[in-house]
Amino acid sequence: MLGLMKQISKAELFLGFLTIGLLGFGGVAPWVRHVIVEERRWFSDKEFAEVLGVGQILPGPNTVNAAVIIGDHFQGPIGVLLCLLGMMAMPLVIVTALAAVYYRFASIPELGAATSGSRPWPTSSLPWVSRLSPCSTGRWCR
Amino acid sequence: MTGVLAELARTFATLSLVSIGGINVLLPEIRRQVVDVHGWMTDAVFAHTFAIASAAPGPNVIVVSLVGWQVAGWPGLLVATLAIMIPSCILAFFAARVLARWSDSRAVAVIKDALGPLGLGLMLASGVSMVRTVDHDALTVAISVATAVFVLTSRRNPLWALAAGTCVNIVALHVG
Repeated sequence: MLGLMKQISKAELFLGFLTIGLLGFGGVAPWVRHVIVEERRWFSDKEFAEVLGVGQILPGPNTVNAAVIIGDHFQGPIGVLLCLLGMMAMPLVIVTALAAVYYRFASIPELGAATSGSRPWPTSSLPWVSRLSPCSTGRWCR
Repeated sequence: MTGVLAELARTFATLSLVSIGGINVLLPEIRRQVVDVHGWMTDAVFAHTFAIASAAPGPNVIVVSLVGWQVAGWPGLLVATLAIMIPSCILAFFAARVLARWSDSRAVAVIKDALGPLGLGLMLASGVSMVRTVDHDALTVAISVATAVFVLTSRRNPLWALAAGTCVNIVALHVG
């Protein structure tokens, strides 16, 4: 599905998605794009928009579907496993640590402020989404 | 113990297959299953669970993992996570391969061209609706807008904006 014939190693796939998982506060979507398109340049905005589009209409979380598609494209089924493992590993560790801490210190108001202060973040999927739209209509790309 | 694990697995595996558009669409149903149908936790605890899962990094499905952890410890976390991911991942795997194999056909090319804007439209809509639900005062709206501008205009890591937003909110808590 992706035209690019670039070779991405298994290690690179895993590390890339590990980074995405580590950074993905409020949702990984903006970081999937930042790491894959801008930082590591695995493929272009247009190709990425296609992957996300397919991920959207399929059941399941869009970014998880994107990880499946990207992993399979570069390294087949092993790639899929590496991408998913990479993306989920740190979040799982962090979320359980957070939960343990939260219930211990539930009365600290800063925690409440921190959790609600990081929540407007999901809405910033908006701007990077509009960055993609000129690409997907094929008119001009960054 | 295995009874609970089986319940977790069955519940989330089913949800995995209907979660078109991502986990946010599914949240009311997850809440219903967890609180009303199975009685695994109260509404208040579920709300806290969701808040913690939102603060943690990672895809939003992490809330399912956290539910599993609270219901049945580490085995619960594992079962819930695998259950919510495996069915949809298998489907995505085969669907993407089918699309790739038929990518020469005109119909598939048209579909692919349409999927980009379609997906963007869906994301824009969910972003707007999230602003409406999450941003409850002038400050949070300002944080959203500022973050948006930052991501649009700067090539830097978006984490800066997130840290700034979090700090601003904590400061506002003490000042306001």
